[in-house]
Amino acid sequence: MVDFETLSDLVKLARERDCKIGEIVWEYEAEVEGISKEEVWNKMVKHWNVMKDSIEDGLKESFELPCKITERFAGKFLNAKRVFLDDFMSKVVARALAVSEYNSAMGLVCAAPTAGASGVLPATLCSAAEKLNAKEKDIVLALFTASGIGLVIANKASIAGSEAGCQAEVGAAAAMAAGALVELANSTPEQVDHAVAIALKSIMGLICDPVAGLVISPCIKRNAFGAVLAFLAAEMALAGVKSLIPADEVIEAMGEVGRLMHPDLKETSRGGIATTPTGEKIREKIFKGDF
Amino acid sequence: MKKVESIFEIIGPIMVGPSSSHTAGAVRIGKIAREILGTKPVKAIILFHGSFAETFRGHGSDKAVVGGILGFSTDDLRIRKALEVAEREGLKIEFKTVDLGEEYHPNTIKIILEDASGLKIQVIGSSIGGGNIIITEINGFETDLSGDYYALIAIHDDKPGMVAKITTILAKHRINIAKMRVSRIKRGALAFSSIEVDHEISKEVVGEIEKIKEVRLVRALKPI
Ligand code: SF4
Repeated sequence: MVDFETLSDLVKLARERDCKIGEIVWEYEAEVEGISKEEVWNKMVKHWNVMKDSIEDGLKESFELPCKITERFAGKFLNAKRVFLDDFMSKVVARALAVSEYNSAMGLVCAAPTAGASGVLPATLCSAAEKLNAKEKDIVLALFTASGIGLVIANKASIAGSEAGCQAEVGAAAAMAAGALVELANSTPEQVDHAVAIALKSIMGLICDPVAGLVISPCIKRNAFGAVLAFLAAEMALAGVKSLIPADEVIEAMGEVGRLMHPDLKETSRGGIATTPTGEKIREKIFKGDF
Repeated sequence: MKKVESIFEIIGPIMVGPSSSHTAGAVRIGKIAREILGTKPVKAIILFHGSFAETFRGHGSDKAVVGGILGFSTDDLRIRKALEVAEREGLKIEFKTVDLGEEYHPNTIKIILEDASGLKIQVIGSSIGGGNIIITEINGFETDLSGDYYALIAIHDDKPGMVAKITTILAKHRINIAKMRVSRIKRGALAFSSIEVDHEISKEVVGEIEKIKEVRLVRALKPI
């Protein structure tokens, strides 16, 4: 029976068996659900296909954001003249925006770990796969890595904005993506640990403050930042940069910060950008049904 | 024991956005209400409480509940057009906002469904995060169904031996009980049993339970 509670359990198991963390998580799921590994694999492929489609639909389909709060920016960003970022990073950003906008407009997405943060993993993995010429089986394995990291975060801290703020949604997504990216790039298991730690501590403390309670602002742009952050953490870990604090302790700390966070800053829209004068004005308009 | 066991609660669910609590959860509450009615509804009154009352339009919770009432799953893109589909199918809908009181979860919906024969049911459910729901009231009876398991619900006379009659039938068909709960509003009037089980309950079993004289309503629910 493979089982794990912490990220260091995962690193240790992968070391002992000389395999990837993703393979451990894959086997774990088959055992815990009592189904075959093949079935688990196919299920993950299905989830990956939804992620891929959500990028395409988010860029292509014609839709408007609800209540017309704001316009769509993914396409505009993709086609804009580049000033600072290279084409690779620009695509990552555009894709994260696209999925997130599509989610806001009732598109079909794969929550990862939540619908609000559903842009981070598709954008990072799809772009990384292109860059590394990775095959579908490598990406699916990386999704197992990501989900193992997410499972630890969910159990040791939280993956709900209402419990621990956005650090638990976009933050968790970024940490999951960072770990998946380094493993996709053939890292050691320890590097996964460092990537997760670096990503999560860099976004720690982020509150959940959606304007008018809607998954639009700041959610959409935060997905783009989460995706970029994941690449930064991955690149650092792959270069041998180490986190002073191990990932498991960073995860526990994130949960603790979430508990200390004032309820006004946890999805209630009673603080942060939700209660700025402009945020309040939008909320009033929507509540009156005037949009 | 882990809070979350399956990785597909982390990568997943596959769902129509934007919010697992305000959209996916709302679909599931609507779908359970439909299953409890058990027939085709012609009228639905949907009351949004708390945070739902403020944001139901922007999150598409209105379309989501109606989609659920029409029998759609959380990943069915027809949810977006649920209001139009309802109109086409002759389902009349009324949306209202309501203050059910402090003791209710901020994301709570009350649904009243009616079919062509005049059968009426009333369900209160809360969306408690990550697409998870809890049905707290059915026709005024307290309950705590999650919609994650197969279940049998029955409204019957509040008399000794009633529960045993039902469970005997389940046992005869080798249906294992995972959890059960009985509640009543007033002693000696009607009681409500909800029984979560490990396997699907067939029409045949439901038919046998329906034949018990004191049983007023019985439904087999599937995980949704
Ligand atoms: S701000 Fe809140 S609702 Fe938006 S993505 Fe972050 S946690 Fe989710």
